[in-house]
Amino acid sequence: MVEYNETELLICIAARLMENKMIAFVGTGIPMLAAALAKKMHAPELVVAFEFGGFGASLEKLPLGVGDSRTFHKAFLASGICDAMETAQRGFIEYGFLGGAQIDMYGNLNTTVIGDYYRPKVRLPGSGGANDVGSHCWKTIAIMRQHDKKRFVKKLDFLTTPGYLTGPGAREKAGLPPDTGPYRVVSNLGLMGYHPESKRMMLLKTNPGVSIEQVLENTEFEMLVASQVGVNEPPTPEELRILREEVDPDRLYI
Amino acid sequence: MEILQSGEAELFQKPDVWAFRKWVHEHKDKTLREKLMTEQEAIAKFVSDGDYIGTELYGTVRAPMSLTREIIRQGKKHLRLAGQGIHEIDLLLAADLVDTIDITYIGWEVYGISNILRRAVESGRVKTADWSNGAITWRFKAAAMGVPFLPTFSMLGTDTLKYSAAKVVKCPFTGQPVVLLPALFLDVGLIHVHRADKYGNCQIEGISGFAFELARASKKLIVSAEEIIDTEEIRKYPEHTIIPYFLVDAVVHAPFGSHPGEMCYRYWRDEEHLKKFLEDSKDPEKTKAYLDKYVYGVKNHQEYLELIGEERLQKLKQMIGGR
Repeated sequence: MVEYNETELLICIAARLMENKMIAFVGTGIPMLAAALAKKMHAPELVVAFEFGGFGASLEKLPLGVGDSRTFHKAFLASGICDAMETAQRGFIEYGFLGGAQIDMYGNLNTTVIGDYYRPKVRLPGSGGANDVGSHCWKTIAIMRQHDKKRFVKKLDFLTTPGYLTGPGAREKAGLPPDTGPYRVVSNLGLMGYHPESKRMMLLKTNPGVSIEQVLENTEFEMLVASQVGVNEPPTPEELRILREEVDPDRLYI
Repeated sequence: MEILQSGEAELFQKPDVWAFRKWVHEHKDKTLREKLMTEQEAIAKFVSDGDYIGTELYGTVRAPMSLTREIIRQGKKHLRLAGQGIHEIDLLLAADLVDTIDITYIGWEVYGISNILRRAVESGRVKTADWSNGAITWRFKAAAMGVPFLPTFSMLGTDTLKYSAAKVVKCPFTGQPVVLLPALFLDVGLIHVHRADKYGNCQIEGISGFAFELARASKKLIVSAEEIIDTEEIRKYPEHTIIPYFLVDAVVHAPFGSHPGEMCYRYWRDEEHLKKFLEDSKDPEKTKAYLDKYVYGVKNHQEYLELIGEERLQKLKQMIGGR
């Protein structure tokens, strides 16, 4: 078996979630690498969208920011923020990738503050486009690099980006577009989905070498467990080769 | 219309459409007059203490950095900001010139969070209201449309809405909850573009970010440009004009005006410079030393570029690659 690091594993797991002929809203970091890998593996017609207006970039060179020139290098379209967000708001964007300092059992995310809003312990960057992505994309996928009790929490310090809010029907009641919401969570311990009725986070697969108990012990809220928990395949030699030689040869991220 | 929820943040700038109309009617002349001036002249003439200002795009991409550094040199105080930013807002915050921010995102993306923002907000020195990126841009769009608000579904059900100054109302057509975003009119807008003529007609390459909206939402608009071109060139490709001259108050010729950020098709971002700044920004003393060296320590943008050095600038040009 080929050696790989945790970042490479997360990228491969996220890449396998992306479908061909869809639009995915991505930010910098793991989602972008996952999209680039997916395009070279099973999803050549995946359209990668960036919030500042780049649609369909080649990703030959990895962007360092969501507005830099690589987000629209050899793209189909270089428009602006309004167009990107409005494209999502009128239902064109299937997948949205998110991250955060905290996530709760309904997939709500915090990227704004730790502590009290008016005198925060830590002031985080804020929503950026995350709230828009979480509001309008059909399915959102959260990438959480560190799966522990400080990050998978019972109660968020601040709800920046909507998941299923307080549970079944809450998004619709709040006025968010119907049939949208969290789809998957990729963490360093496993792959989670959501229970179709209760909308609560549910462990679907563990990462290689990780036990179900380990996932539960590192989650502050009560995590549901699928009746059959699988194991994520480690990165294949082909995935690793493409990732290292073609996606990120300069090792900016991996 | 029935109001279902009101964000609790202060509305730092009221969406007064009539006042904006009156102001532009009285101040924006349509004569084709030359508006070329230096950063010093433009900032001295058009930026005042207490102004609500907005910059476009953000601190490492096509950002009006030469104008931002000049604002700091002139010590314009009690500024109110619309915050989608990185380096430019870090610098304004580090110089302690900011009272309030309508914040959507201030951070360093893959490099992490802003230490300067943390110090400014955690100490209680700077007041914030939170918004999503779409929300802030649609606020500019509402202003650009000349209307007091725009509806969206962004922010519904979240604390982002609770700590914004938006309102949720019952849509009079569908009966569904919908967010109303107040128009955001700027006292001064600052935009860096690829090409402008001496009157202020501007063309941008690559993504346009929110330049279209911000330019139209600004009472006073200062543009800096990599290149000043003949009006003949503008007239040959008017479909590429994103800002017409009558919106513009000052045109500043600023080659490498976005440095240490990038400018698509012209030069790549100065990673070495930014990484050093990020490291320095962890420590207030070193942050101050950075400002002393790169902002207060130079008289103008020309001296700044000399400090960076021709060799470095040429290298950044070579690094950008082609289309």
